[in-house]
Amino acid sequence: MTPRPSTFAVPWLLAGPGALFFVGLVLLPLALTVILSFHAYDYSTGIQNTFTLSHYVAVVTDGYYLEIFARTLRIAALTTLICAAIGVPEAYILSRMRDPWRSIFLLVIIGPLLVSVVVRTFGWSMLLGSQGLVNQALQLLGFPPVRILYTETAIVVALVHVMLPFMVIPVWTALQKLDPMVEAAAWTLGASHFTALRRVVMPQATLGMLSGSLIVFGLSASAFAVPALLGGRRLKMAATLVYDEYLQELNWPLGATIAIIVLAANLCIMLAYNRMVEARARRTLG
Amino acid sequence: MAFLSLERVSKEFGTFTAVCDVDLAIEKGEFVSLLGPSGCGKTTTLQMIAGLVEPTKGRISLDGRDITHEKPNRRGLGVVFQSYALFPHMTVAQNVAFGLEMRRIPQAERTERVREALALVQLSAFADRYPRQLSGGQRQRVAIARALVIAPPVLLLDEPLSNLDAKLREEMQFELRRIQRKVGTTTIMVTHDQAEALSISDRVVVMESGRMTQVDAPYRLYEQPSNAFISSFVGKTNLLAGTWRRGGASSGAEIGGVLLETPAPEIADGTPVTLSIRPEKILLCDAGAGRLDGRVASRFFLGSQWLFTVETPLGIMTVSIPNHGEEPPAEGSPVGLDWSPANLRVIADNAAAA
Ligand SMILES: Nc1ncnc2c1ncn2[C@@H]1O[C@H](COP(=O)(O)OP(=O)(O)OP(=O)(O)O)[C@@H](O)[C@H]1O
Ligand SMILES: [Mg+2]
Repeated sequence: MTPRPSTFAVPWLLAGPGALFFVGLVLLPLALTVILSFHAYDYSTGIQNTFTLSHYVAVVTDGYYLEIFARTLRIAALTTLICAAIGVPEAYILSRMRDPWRSIFLLVIIGPLLVSVVVRTFGWSMLLGSQGLVNQALQLLGFPPVRILYTETAIVVALVHVMLPFMVIPVWTALQKLDPMVEAAAWTLGASHFTALRRVVMPQATLGMLSGSLIVFGLSASAFAVPALLGGRRLKMAATLVYDEYLQELNWPLGATIAIIVLAANLCIMLAYNRMVEARARRTLG
Repeated sequence: MAFLSLERVSKEFGTFTAVCDVDLAIEKGEFVSLLGPSGCGKTTTLQMIAGLVEPTKGRISLDGRDITHEKPNRRGLGVVFQSYALFPHMTVAQNVAFGLEMRRIPQAERTERVREALALVQLSAFADRYPRQLSGGQRQRVAIARALVIAPPVLLLDEPLSNLDAKLREEMQFELRRIQRKVGTTTIMVTHDQAEALSISDRVVVMESGRMTQVDAPYRLYEQPSNAFISSFVGKTNLLAGTWRRGGASSGAEIGGVLLETPAPEIADGTPVTLSIRPEKILLCDAGAGRLDGRVASRFFLGSQWLFTVETPLGIMTVSIPNHGEEPPAEGSPVGLDWSPANLRVIADNAAAA
């Protein structure tokens, strides 16, 4: 028996398949996209085999693209904020529920994930349309009909609906780790329920809220189905813009450029955010 | 009217009764220990007083005020939790200061009182650490400091010293006792440790599966346990099952054909009884000179005393004798056991007093 070489190989063999998948399905396409973004493009002859930075210059100098980027960031940030505002109390209530109810409501929260995003988004477009349930209700109450569909509001509403579980679950997990007696200790020391929540429970939830925010922000910024169906043709977000460049304009290098810029921007924002909050939370929570 | 009183307080979790009909009246400044086996309802009782568990039935009043349904943050009691329940994201000093902050104590006074409290539990050097950077015993002392610093009228301590080494535990017991004497804090302490309960308390409450079975001063609890469970739970004892025999002048229990004399109340001839005698009440003498003969089965040296197990016709008996600085009988040697009949107590098995 020569255990030495075989024990040396074991970690590599075990990690191999996963690494191969990662290289094949993530790194390779990403590298190809990066390479593609430096190719020149001509409307009459298609993709040229010459190196150019013109797409990058075009994107960062064109107000049209910048507006779409700004909108994407705005919508993603707003969605994250609303998800946190709804999701954190929801997770707290969930963590304080007794058992049959907790399982039931957990299912209710995760439930939306079991339905395709496209189906759910069509549901929202029916609700929010000019003759949708919301407008009918408004008219019944004597208000004038409002235009919700094809606005940023519609996109945010639907995104919040889709993303909420991704906020609730990590916060809930963080709260599960907290001894309920810690909150009780704050009460016995004279803290009101609200103060105990603010001073004792919330700091515990921050780490969960951090990971939840990252997931929600990342997914919202790159969401495709919701803005495509609820934003209409004019109200574009980054992902729908990339789609249009690829499939409407057939300008693949420009599409690739936008995709890479969005990816880079997303990465920068998330890393910075992570740094900022996590440094603070890790120090105290360990 | 007692300072703190529980009247027929019960707590049910679903169909399970954790605490049943507890009656307890505690005077101002008294130090009371709750003693009992694991799961008997000590923590539940304490948390009902603290307001963290709602009693199913009964009434709790503090200083003449009904607090049965009052919120915990309005009771102003100091609580040390069994799990410590420290705030994990605050430093030791912030943990201790929290209660003072809630009471809007000015910064300068707050700092001073936190410093004093930490000095009391010997943790001054750890003020800026986080709970996760402390050992179990250090966390426990932070919990004690956090409860003491607000100078509450009532202290509820749930096994506050369980994680400390013997020396520190003794010092903390002394401190708790000193504070309680000085400030007159009414203290209720849950403990598993019967020696701690006996040494520190004015009164000890023994709980058994949700009920209080005896409430007495430590000395009386030890000498006159009301049932066999208490006599073996509080201190060590030898329990002997026999039959009561009344015969004119001498009455006693017959066990395995031996009649053991004991002065005892009226018991009908032929009643089955349990006798109890504490190991330290038995004297070792030469074989044949005592009331019972036996052979030393094993002996343990405990420092201040020797603990013997002696094989006798009545079964194995535990005997403890003080260490006089001489070698006592070796294992296997025959010995006699002697005692004064007054120390042989009759215990009625089912609750009724002996
Ligand atoms: N929330 C609850 N739901 C159901 N049963 C409970 C609950 N809390 C406590 N119990 C039960 O009530 C009984 C008393 O619990 P309690 O915590 O008061 O015991 P204890 O005397 O403090 O024990 P220990 O010395 O081990 O701390 C136990 O049998 C426990 O299982
Ligand atoms: Mg307990």
